[in-house]
Amino acid sequence: MNVADLIDLLLQHSPALIVAVPLLGAFITPLISRLNDKVRNVFVILTLGLTASLVFLLASDVFTGNIHTYIFGSQDLALPVVRILFEVDAMSAFMAIISVILSLVAVIYSWSFMKENTGLDKYYTLILLMTAGMLGMELTGDLFNFFVFLEITSISSAALVAFWTNKAKSVEAGFKYIVISTIGALFILFSIALFYGQYNALNMAMIASAMQYTFLDKIALVLLIAALAMKAGVVPMHMWLPDAYSKAPSSVTLILVGATQASLYGVFRVCFTIYGGAINLSSISIGWILVILGIITMLLGVAMAIIQTDFKRLIAFSAVAEIGYMLLGIGTGLVVMLNPEMTATGLAAMKGGIFHIMNDALDVGLLFLVAGAIYYATKETSLNKLGGLARNMKYTTVFFIIGLLAVSGMPPMNGFASKLLIYESTYQLNPILSIIAILSSIMLLAVFVKVFHSAFLGPALPKFENVKEVPKSMLIAMGTIATIIIIFGLFPEIIVNSIVEPAANALINYGDYVREVIPSFTGGV
Amino acid sequence: MFTLEPLLETFQTGSGFWSPIIWIVAIIVAFLVAVILRGFGKKEYKEKTGQTQAFLSGNPEYEKEQMHIKGSNLYWGFTESLEWVFDALKKMHTGNVSDYALWFVIVVAILFIVLITGENLMGAI
Repeated sequence: MNVADLIDLLLQHSPALIVAVPLLGAFITPLISRLNDKVRNVFVILTLGLTASLVFLLASDVFTGNIHTYIFGSQDLALPVVRILFEVDAMSAFMAIISVILSLVAVIYSWSFMKENTGLDKYYTLILLMTAGMLGMELTGDLFNFFVFLEITSISSAALVAFWTNKAKSVEAGFKYIVISTIGALFILFSIALFYGQYNALNMAMIASAMQYTFLDKIALVLLIAALAMKAGVVPMHMWLPDAYSKAPSSVTLILVGATQASLYGVFRVCFTIYGGAINLSSISIGWILVILGIITMLLGVAMAIIQTDFKRLIAFSAVAEIGYMLLGIGTGLVVMLNPEMTATGLAAMKGGIFHIMNDALDVGLLFLVAGAIYYATKETSLNKLGGLARNMKYTTVFFIIGLLAVSGMPPMNGFASKLLIYESTYQLNPILSIIAILSSIMLLAVFVKVFHSAFLGPALPKFENVKEVPKSMLIAMGTIATIIIIFGLFPEIIVNSIVEPAANALINYGDYVREVIPSFTGGV
Repeated sequence: MFTLEPLLETFQTGSGFWSPIIWIVAIIVAFLVAVILRGFGKKEYKEKTGQTQAFLSGNPEYEKEQMHIKGSNLYWGFTESLEWVFDALKKMHTGNVSDYALWFVIVVAILFIVLITGENLMGAI
């Protein structure tokens, strides 16, 4: 077998391998932990490195317009046997890239950040399980399978949020997270039962092709949107998010950002694919629901962020506000999709919303890593107690400035490019939406200027006299994300054309997704 | 073969455009102008002399920790004038997981009313 054949074989089986590799790695990690801590750390990084390579291999093919399906079970669809189908389009691949990058950076960061902790075999096992869960949610084409991966992600996330069991608030945050996740998951399961009862199917493409938009379908739609939006941290169901994000170790928070975005992906998959054909039937636009939720999320998130005095809790509320931008962009796309005169606006809004998913993961992720670095160096997260750290932590300060500019949508960072797309497209739908979005960005800038002043500027405080820069592995992790932010900011056209636009088209042209499973399907153009 | 052309492409937003490269060039030019203007300034400044000490209208200098404006002091005027808004928001965030679940129920109820009842009303009209 030559190299080309091997790559073809890997590409063919990559949808399965992308989930199988971290899952298998998770079960092997406790065994390798018994050998040596360094060997375990290297093993986990290599496992996620291999997973990332497979994701990039699959994505490189999917972004050219192909859709990959992978059937677990009988290949003959006429046979009445249990089978699970993975279906990977450009949107799935886009989300998988985000998840795998965040997980890989998080384990590199963890090398130094978590080295003083015990129970790291469980920590790395849970991280790999969580990664497998997120990737499964993004790659599966089966709704029940989506629920299973959502549960895997939720359980491992809750355990990781409560990883610092010596801190009561961490355990409390983990408890809240699992309660909220379970409530959300139960309603998702109920919605799946409604589909199964009506259409005798669990496959997303099959449900989409059979969708009648009955009364039960409307109930299922409400429950799915509400439950997944809660898991994504949409206001007013966001309250678990600042608790979990601020009390988890920073490396875990980075992956949690990916997990919430996987739930947001679920909202988009439901609205665009499963209910893609029903948009015409609905007299009240689902898009407007997303737009209104987005605006409320943006405003409340940023308002709560401005009054926070805990570094991590402040970033968590900013992350809530950022979710609003994604909902606004995608919601606008959904609203104008049916208007032939506004097709270009709809596509621009979709591109903005989707591009912002990746930008938010990078920007907010970097800020959480900086917060973790400050905690590592000072054992402090209160903005009332920090100060003058720019003198001792020069690299961390530079990374914070990059994150600050990016998350506030300041040029020439990546956040500006995606927010510009959102501002311009929402302006054409309704100028007030655009004004609110710009106002929220200005407030976000104010929020992080406050952090910059209170934590990094000011006189050198005697209690932080001996504070040193964080270890190299943490700097490498922060540097990697900062570099991606700068590259995305400087060359947005390349990123949008090569990965964002195919993802937006994959959501809009849901018929291609359905036809991959049901070739006779004629809708969805 | 690698070419520079794609890297220099202008970002088309549908109704406008954005070029980070031109923006950076403009910032560099502005920075150079600032440096040149600064060069015309006086050069008598001496480090580690009385010129570098803080002058607080003749008042004694406080301890360094007291001099630093802390996180909760920033934007005091803004948060004070909008206290009623922030108080309402704080009350909303009880920290009680039962309330978190209640908000979920409220959102489900609103979505039901909007999507199901609203559609029926629209249909009747």
